[in-house]
Amino acid sequence: MAAPQNQPVLRFAVQRLLGAIPTLLVLIALAFFLIRLAPGGPFDSEKQLPPEIETKLRAAYNLDDPLPMQLGRYLLNIAQGDFGPSFQYRDFTVSELIATGFPVSLRLGSLAMAIALLLGITAGTLAALRQNRPADYTIMGAAMTGISIPNFVLAPLLVLVFAVWLGWLPAGGLGDGSLRYLVLPVIALALPQVAYIARLTRGSMIEVLRSPFIRTARAQGLATHTIILRHALKPALLPVVSYLGPALAAIITGSVVVEQIFGVPGLGRFFVQGALNRDYTLVMGVVVFYGSLIIALNFIVDLVYGWLDPRLRQV
Amino acid sequence: MSESLLEVTGLGVRFGTPDGEVSAVQDLNFEVSAGECLGIVGESGSGKSQSVLSLLGLLADNGRASGCAHFGGRDLLALSAAELAAVRGAQIAMVFQDPMTALNPYLSIGSQMSLVLRRHEQLSPRAARDRCTEMLTSVNISDAANRLDSFPHELSGGQRQRVMIAAALLCRPRLLIADEPTTALDVTVQAQILALISQLREQFDTAVLLITHDLGVVAGHCDRVLVMEQGQRRDYGGVKEIFTTPAHDYTRRLLAAVPRIDAPGRQALPDTVDELLAVQDLSVSFRLPPLRWPGRARELRAVDDISFALAAGETLGVVGESGCGKSTLARAVLRLVPPGAGRVSLLGRELLPLQGESLRAARRDLQVVFQDPLASLDPRMTVRDIVAEPLESFQPELDRDSVTARVAELLGRVGLEAAHLNRYPHEFSGGQSQRIGIARALICAPKLVICDEAVSALDVSVQAQIIDLLLDLQQELGLALIFIAHDLAVVRQISHRVLVMYLGRAVELAAANELYERPRHPYTRALLQAVPIPDPDLERGRERQLLSGDVPSPLQPPSGCAFRTRCSFADARCAAERPVLHELHGGLVACHRAEEI
Repeated sequence: MAAPQNQPVLRFAVQRLLGAIPTLLVLIALAFFLIRLAPGGPFDSEKQLPPEIETKLRAAYNLDDPLPMQLGRYLLNIAQGDFGPSFQYRDFTVSELIATGFPVSLRLGSLAMAIALLLGITAGTLAALRQNRPADYTIMGAAMTGISIPNFVLAPLLVLVFAVWLGWLPAGGLGDGSLRYLVLPVIALALPQVAYIARLTRGSMIEVLRSPFIRTARAQGLATHTIILRHALKPALLPVVSYLGPALAAIITGSVVVEQIFGVPGLGRFFVQGALNRDYTLVMGVVVFYGSLIIALNFIVDLVYGWLDPRLRQV
Repeated sequence: MSESLLEVTGLGVRFGTPDGEVSAVQDLNFEVSAGECLGIVGESGSGKSQSVLSLLGLLADNGRASGCAHFGGRDLLALSAAELAAVRGAQIAMVFQDPMTALNPYLSIGSQMSLVLRRHEQLSPRAARDRCTEMLTSVNISDAANRLDSFPHELSGGQRQRVMIAAALLCRPRLLIADEPTTALDVTVQAQILALISQLREQFDTAVLLITHDLGVVAGHCDRVLVMEQGQRRDYGGVKEIFTTPAHDYTRRLLAAVPRIDAPGRQALPDTVDELLAVQDLSVSFRLPPLRWPGRARELRAVDDISFALAAGETLGVVGESGCGKSTLARAVLRLVPPGAGRVSLLGRELLPLQGESLRAARRDLQVVFQDPLASLDPRMTVRDIVAEPLESFQPELDRDSVTARVAELLGRVGLEAAHLNRYPHEFSGGQSQRIGIARALICAPKLVICDEAVSALDVSVQAQIIDLLLDLQQELGLALIFIAHDLAVVRQISHRVLVMYLGRAVELAAANELYERPRHPYTRALLQAVPIPDPDLERGRERQLLSGDVPSPLQPPSGCAFRTRCSFADARCAAERPVLHELHGGLVACHRAEEI
């Protein structure tokens, strides 16, 4: 008989937590040295600072210490949850910046992903059921188009059609935060994901529908919708779920392009601006945040895997 | 005979392929009466499964059925997809071959079974659950209510097939179609499942259509038999008639090719022959992660203290249920798994301490033929390259032409042609592929060849040819063979001596004829009794004691004698003390009570 269910999950969680520490350390160290290897520094700007002021600034931020010491101090600080002050946005700490940008990106991203899952899985399943027939070709053709059009092309097109020509929706900004303002950026984020998820679902669904247990279900006279929903969907979703971990992390931390085009104050722009300005602490903060998010989401993916596939629960 | 339940006339099955239509079944006529058991027998590709699948509309998308199939006043082949779906599972149910893949691994068995009842009888979830519990109890699954929440992988192979049967009988169908229901199971479990089907057939008054390649199964359980070959009916009649006075030549050939467990095999070799291989106290263990965490790692003893010797030109058969360690034993001798404790010596040379180049050199004398001929040949290499590979590895000084000449010569020897040299494995049938595998094993003139289920995947007629080939080659080359198989009749045919394994331990080792005629160990006896004999009179008159239950987990073998939990002779001593192999009437047996029974 099965072992108590919570036992393996607990063991698994502890193992993964411990395993995440070295991953994060490597990530932090790499990011730390890479950003410092990049030419220039946080205080280079068009207006040259007098050398003595720059020296004082560097000392104030401890940038004149040897690198290993800086890294050590940084690690010590983030162990206490302190990501330090931003070099560029002088009045804010990095934590504050993440706290303002992330909720916006999270809201956009999770809406987009929810839509992508719903549409993608449905379209992929329909295509699998109509394999090599007109419906299949139509859906997969549309999906291929969706994957091929980059969102810096798609987003302006959406704005042109729905905001400028038809005037149905606002062209950008968050306005009063109502759903109207989210529609276009969410669609721009979701469409390529719909396409990719539809392709993944179609492929795995076709494979699952060929398996002997589906033949058993058919021999039992079950209706097609029962066979799909109860027998085939779980196994067919496995590849989608493993794609979802990293994809979700990427999408909820904000797309630079989409946020820029629609003027949405999300987390995405901090990625780019932090890097361009050599805002060491901001870059590091975002990297650590993103890295932890990926690790956390992959952990959740593995738990979902266990829920989908009972055979994995005891391993 | 009672009323006819299913009447099939002029059934044809065709498949559309890019190269045109292929006919799988032609003009097939048969009939199943209420409550009877009709056996459909044939080798792979005979169309026996396709003809039945076509009746239920379960053919692949490119398949088309023609003809008539009257069932309950309607023609199944004329029904719409929706009407046919209402018949499937409710009035005609199916059981498939491999219960591991035929059950959904992602759903609990309770959900899988309930779906059937909710579809056909619109039962509430609660009522469906009660009916499932009841049905699991009737197929002898203990603790049925809790078992409903188990997943297929938590059950043994035999239990899974019981669940399949329970799911099929839920709606009390009038016809149960069982497509090779016991082919993937051990012979002991096969006997249990077949007995269960017979019992349920009476209990539920269900007719059974049993599709099988095994004539022994037919002899024991079918009332009438339909023999198929190449999509056509070759023979059709009562079971006794088919076995005693077959009308068609194909049936006669089939009967002649079936290895029989009651046919005498080879005499043991005289003791004077030189010893080639000596295995002493060999053990192989695998470490598994702890079940609970934190906890101690678990140890699985796959091979537990096995000793035997093998002479040049001798065949040792190794038998036992799946998971008994017979394949691990072979792999340990071949050094394909990390050696545990013990000694293995070939011609006086210790194999277990060898490493690197010296191990590679020693492998020249040790070759192996695996079960699945297609899976064990590299699909991207030509036959010439596959067979030449060992030779080129061990004798790199040979030039290409002389290697090719040797390969061609050997291909001729195993019954293939030189014209096959540049073909790829997928162009060959199963039997031909296995000949390629044998040629590859023999190219370096090894002293010992291990055949790990080498004929198990083949049809009986092909099996017979491969066995004849192995016997010829052994005679000619003085090969020693270790022949591992779960089919006890085949093992008798080819072996001089036989080793019986149970949970990694040797329970009996004796000359083949002696062992088959006078088994000393209760386990050997039970194994032999479970093997069906292709003779209706003999088979139905046999007294047998079916082994109950399943093999215990090798992670927690019973104390003392590993077999005691399934043994009807077990007493206190068997639980306390582990029996050792000792001599008894010329053979070796590990049983405390072997002398008395």
